[in-house]
Amino acid sequence: MLDFCGIELAHPVINASGTYDAIAARRVFGDELLDSFPFSAFVSKTITPEPRAGNAPRRIWETPAGMLNSIGLPNKGLEGFLAEDLPQLAELPVPLIVSVMATSREQFARLVAAVARRDEVAAIELNVSCPNVESGLIVGEQPDETEALARALRPLTEKPLIVKLTPNVADPAAVAVAAEEGGADAVSLINTLKGSAIDPGSGEPALPAGHGGLSGPAVRPVAVHQLRAVSAAVSIPRIGMGGICSGADAAEFLAAGASLVAVGTESFRDPRAGSRVAAELEAASLGSTEAQPVLDLD
Amino acid sequence: MSAPFGRRLCEVSENRSSGGYRVFSLLDGVGPEPIAGQFYMLAAASDWAGEGGRAFLPRAISVAEVGPAAGGLRLDFLVEGVGPGTDRLCELRPGERVWLTGPLGNGFPAPREALVEAAGAILVGGGIGVAPLALLRRRLSERGVPLRVLLGFREEAHSGGLDLFCGAGGDLCPEVRLASEDGHAGHRGYVTDLLAALLAGDDAESAVVYSCGPPAMLEAVRLLCAERGVASQLALESPMACGFGACFGCAVPKSGGGYLRLCVDGPVLGGDEVEAVPVHA
Repeated sequence: MLDFCGIELAHPVINASGTYDAIAARRVFGDELLDSFPFSAFVSKTITPEPRAGNAPRRIWETPAGMLNSIGLPNKGLEGFLAEDLPQLAELPVPLIVSVMATSREQFARLVAAVARRDEVAAIELNVSCPNVESGLIVGEQPDETEALARALRPLTEKPLIVKLTPNVADPAAVAVAAEEGGADAVSLINTLKGSAIDPGSGEPALPAGHGGLSGPAVRPVAVHQLRAVSAAVSIPRIGMGGICSGADAAEFLAAGASLVAVGTESFRDPRAGSRVAAELEAASLGSTEAQPVLDLD
Repeated sequence: MSAPFGRRLCEVSENRSSGGYRVFSLLDGVGPEPIAGQFYMLAAASDWAGEGGRAFLPRAISVAEVGPAAGGLRLDFLVEGVGPGTDRLCELRPGERVWLTGPLGNGFPAPREALVEAAGAILVGGGIGVAPLALLRRRLSERGVPLRVLLGFREEAHSGGLDLFCGAGGDLCPEVRLASEDGHAGHRGYVTDLLAALLAGDDAESAVVYSCGPPAMLEAVRLLCAERGVASQLALESPMACGFGACFGCAVPKSGGGYLRLCVDGPVLGGDEVEAVPVHA
């Protein structure tokens, strides 16, 4: 067992928010999902104060070693989540981390307060890749906005607050420091990289939104680089993610300063990828007699 | 019945041409027998990402036929190479291995499940979309359901799979009628011409129409059935990353607003469940 912000976890591999619907997966695969659940903690899809239908298709576009997505955070809203989804997620055999997003501090506070008071919830992840309607700025792109948000939410719960960092900034470490200053217990990174593709058939953007979030192995070096920068700047734990497909990939993130790693896009290709990554990581650590050297490539 | 949790390696036992398409067979020693209309996520175990770094994601392919095999099931898939993923699947060699997840999604409901007073079934397939109708035709035929099968193709180079609709003697089953836009086989024109003629008959309302094919054809089928008050069950297609509800990529506009996830809510949907058959889906 390992300890993450006071939560006991069986291994260091969790899922990235929005990349696994455990409720749908249980309908598809049955209770075998619960008997060999791939992750040591489950991070929910982001919930918002009100229900969202999500974006009009097309929503995904395959890219070299990855994919672009423009899903648009479909979810049942806070009330629907608490009434319909939370009881089902509580049946998972692992601690539950709920991801939340809102467009104002007041709405964020409403989400955090409502979610944190539920015993089924072990921790809360703040998805800050959204605009604050008052300033019009993306919270996670502004250190001061991020710090103010964390500071405002901190008194609402004693449960761990994790800030999910966006990679679409010049200095992610500055935002991580701001999250730590504001009282966050941990940071997770990276969210998807902003990207676009043109459909060669139409000459138009492949996704109607014009852009999407890039994920998969294509982003891994960016993630490792940003993780190293963030790890050097903060003392709170880091959850590292971005294109992890194997135990060797996960080891790279641990060596770069992560306490936990998250598997996202690889689960689309392999529904049990989380278990496989954890097993490969375990096998590698048993096979080595000393800690892996950390290469300094700067 | 649930799909086994996770992907599994299956060996390719055969890959043959079928008109302008390919039919390859996989040996599945683990999974339950699929229902017609269900699909599998497939990716070659080696050399999946070719020149240019794709394919990256597995491909959702509906099962065309299933049969007994030593140690399990033989699953047949009809494919046309239209991109890096399907091109690679077309090239699979016997003995190679393929990552497979499934069977996934909701297959075609039996006629009486789709329509209580159902007296027969009309199957309408277009192009590569004839695949799931092959298994459906056999299953309905074995149960003695009165059948008409209408299959349409654009041109000879883009047609195939007809051998999946043949009887033991190698002849096309008598209930099958063909249409082709270039006139190389059967009626010159659209398969929906044949459907419109059938639906003009007196007994059409007690039939259930099952269809799979290109979006424009499926939408025409949906509208024809809606006009005539005939129940329709449509197998749709959409870009899909995972096949088990994780990625939310395969959204299809639902009638009345919102979206369905094609992988877990479909891929077979009642004609009244969708706003329209989306062109990009």
